[in-house]
Amino acid sequence: MPQNVEKVLDHENLFREPEYKAMFDNKRSQFEFRVPAEELAKQIEYAKTWEYREKNFAREALTVNPAKACQPLGAVFAAVGFEKTLPFVHGSQGCVAYYRSHFSRHFKEPTSCVSSSMTEDAAVFGGLNNMIDGLANTFNLYKPEMIAVSTTCMAEVIGDDLDAFIKTSKQKGSIPAEFDVPFAHTPAFVGSHITGYDNALQGIIKYFWDGKAGQGTALTRIPNESINFIGGFDGFVCGNLPEIRRMLDLMGVEHTILCDPSDVWNTPTDGEFRMYDGGTTKAQVEAAINAKATISFQGYSTEKTMKLIKEHGHETASFHHPMGVTGTDAFLMKVSELTGKPIPKELELERGRLVDAIADSQAHLHGKKFALYGDPDLMLGMTAFLLELGAEPVHVLSTNGDKEWADKVQALLDASPFGKNCKAYPKADLWHMRSLLFTEKVDFLIGNTYGKYLERDCGTPLIRLGFPIFDRHHHHRFPIWGYQGALRVLTMLLDEYFEALDANTIGIGTTDYSYDIIR
Amino acid sequence: MAALRQIAFYGKGGIGKSTTSQNTLAALAEMGQKILIVGCDPKADSTRLILHAKAQDTVLSLAAEAGSVEDLEIEDVLKVGYRDIRCVESGGPEPGVGCAGRGVITSINFLEENGAYDGVDYVSYDVLGDVVCGGFAMPIRENKAQEIYIVMSGEMMAMYAANNISKGILKYANSGGVRLGGLVCNERQTDKELELAEALAGKLGTKLIHFVPRDNIVQHAELRRMTVIEYAPDSKQAGEYRQLAEKVHNNAGNGTIPTPITMDELEDLLMDFGIMKKEDESVIGKTAAELAA
Repeated sequence: MPQNVEKVLDHENLFREPEYKAMFDNKRSQFEFRVPAEELAKQIEYAKTWEYREKNFAREALTVNPAKACQPLGAVFAAVGFEKTLPFVHGSQGCVAYYRSHFSRHFKEPTSCVSSSMTEDAAVFGGLNNMIDGLANTFNLYKPEMIAVSTTCMAEVIGDDLDAFIKTSKQKGSIPAEFDVPFAHTPAFVGSHITGYDNALQGIIKYFWDGKAGQGTALTRIPNESINFIGGFDGFVCGNLPEIRRMLDLMGVEHTILCDPSDVWNTPTDGEFRMYDGGTTKAQVEAAINAKATISFQGYSTEKTMKLIKEHGHETASFHHPMGVTGTDAFLMKVSELTGKPIPKELELERGRLVDAIADSQAHLHGKKFALYGDPDLMLGMTAFLLELGAEPVHVLSTNGDKEWADKVQALLDASPFGKNCKAYPKADLWHMRSLLFTEKVDFLIGNTYGKYLERDCGTPLIRLGFPIFDRHHHHRFPIWGYQGALRVLTMLLDEYFEALDANTIGIGTTDYSYDIIR
Repeated sequence: MAALRQIAFYGKGGIGKSTTSQNTLAALAEMGQKILIVGCDPKADSTRLILHAKAQDTVLSLAAEAGSVEDLEIEDVLKVGYRDIRCVESGGPEPGVGCAGRGVITSINFLEENGAYDGVDYVSYDVLGDVVCGGFAMPIRENKAQEIYIVMSGEMMAMYAANNISKGILKYANSGGVRLGGLVCNERQTDKELELAEALAGKLGTKLIHFVPRDNIVQHAELRRMTVIEYAPDSKQAGEYRQLAEKVHNNAGNGTIPTPITMDELEDLLMDFGIMKKEDESVIGKTAAELAA
């Protein structure tokens, strides 16, 4: 055997040993019943053609590798952003295992979340008993100060009523009557994770502002000078929200971040396990009704939430993941306009440094072609930033972006000379992206970890931006928002560009004519 | 032993499905057939005439008590009644919660896995009013009922329901083995009832397998929670059910793929028989004031 305790081979090399090679050959020849190699090669080639692309885009009844996740995932994200809050998903256990592992693989931190563990009996009789027992167990075992309930497909298909179930659970003594259990219905088969984030956040704010689901009194708003900030579903939240806080503090703006999971997904290793850490407090949520204004950084991620807040008399402003110089300018100027506070010297300096950095590197990114996919807000922000850098966002694709989103992207593209031959693709998936990458080649692909397969397939280098990122560590700890964040994104683009350039000029005595030390 | 016959009774709620099916099955038992009745209606009234019971403990209510379906034994749910007819009720959730359709699927899977079908000649499913979701179509899936008998009458809504059930059967018939066995008309003494039932059967590509005349003896038997076959075996009505049982028994393999008709065709049919009057299109959407003007 190739494996022995003295020298343990990692899988990277283990399967190249002759024993395994023979085993794979044997499996292939005896059990796989493959089509002949030439036929396979022919089909692969065909799937790269324009003809195939047209068929691919005519697709109606099939989705292949959608670039989105389901509502409850977003609901869990929203719930962990509140102090000592445990997300409780009413539905089957496996779904919740998925949310937990998905977040833990991305943030490299444990994600606490419970399910009501519905089984076949619950599907038939309804999940009331699961709710009663589940809430009691959650309350007694994990001592949260709030339980935020959302739902999976199973509970939604049979029509379980959260409001009634939670009230009945309290009547039956599952949890104290005054214990806070905000809730949101989050059918996984409708919308995407950003819809779920929106529903859950709206559910929590509505719960506290509008009288705790009929068990308290609605709050009356007495406007003050502070502002609320909502980040939206964001894979870089651990870096981004501290950066937002820093900028607002520099401006001297009194602010509340509604939903802040940046601590619980970034706990230190110091000998103490923190099931809960940081997050927006209940008192902050209640006080937030008095804010002068509320800003959402990701409008598509907060549509219903912002509507609710507006109805309570707030001035509101929704951005679409603003990035880079222009994006950050617009955000800061809006904050300044809403609060009357000037943008301080420190931030102006940071802006100048970012502009300087862009100018230093602009020769390398100018005219480079990019394909990008992801959540609709991120796509709008990144498209604008690429155009600002003089790069061409040739294919901008989103599975959970609709026609209206595509029109917004198109307007951005049309307003810039670099957006000339660029196009937005709403409600499209990664198999569409594959056709785009083969037929209209670009220099780089921007997307989440799942873009790795496209990188292998099409040979287009992947720059990791979005959620989830499983196969690179710690990206989420750094901001991509603000001038500092833009610097980080700029560096990511340049690093990948120089890597590609080096790789392309690395042949000794053949292609190394510009294998330069200085770039 | 002959191959297992699986049949199902469908029809509008309140049409007399359970009465008709239990009497027919009692007559089949008289003929020496070993029978299993599977009630697929949350009301759980498909076996009361056979068991002389108010309502049988259902698979799902017992499962809820025991904690889960896996904790049940077949003996807990299977009761034996008149002429050794085995009876099971699937049951379901309280009205307004959970999913009754999923309950039907859960119960039937449990029965199959636990050998309830072993050693019987007939399995009969008695299914509630309408095929409202996939769960209630469980008995017509592949390897379940081979023939469906639709219980109807000369009333308009019963005929609508019969046509809708045919649509449900058609969906599964093209890909599987389920067939429409025929219509059973349970007389309501409406005008031209026999002719209408025959005409509908013709349109649906099937036949009226039996016309069960109305007879108060059925109610007398029901009050005693008995089938007519058991209560008054020599009555004329018992003879009718025996005839129906004989016809069902000889109908093996004679089922057809139904040809459901459109709403317009159905309404035309009703108009032909004078059940429905032709609509006056000129008055639709007009208020009383407008019509008076």
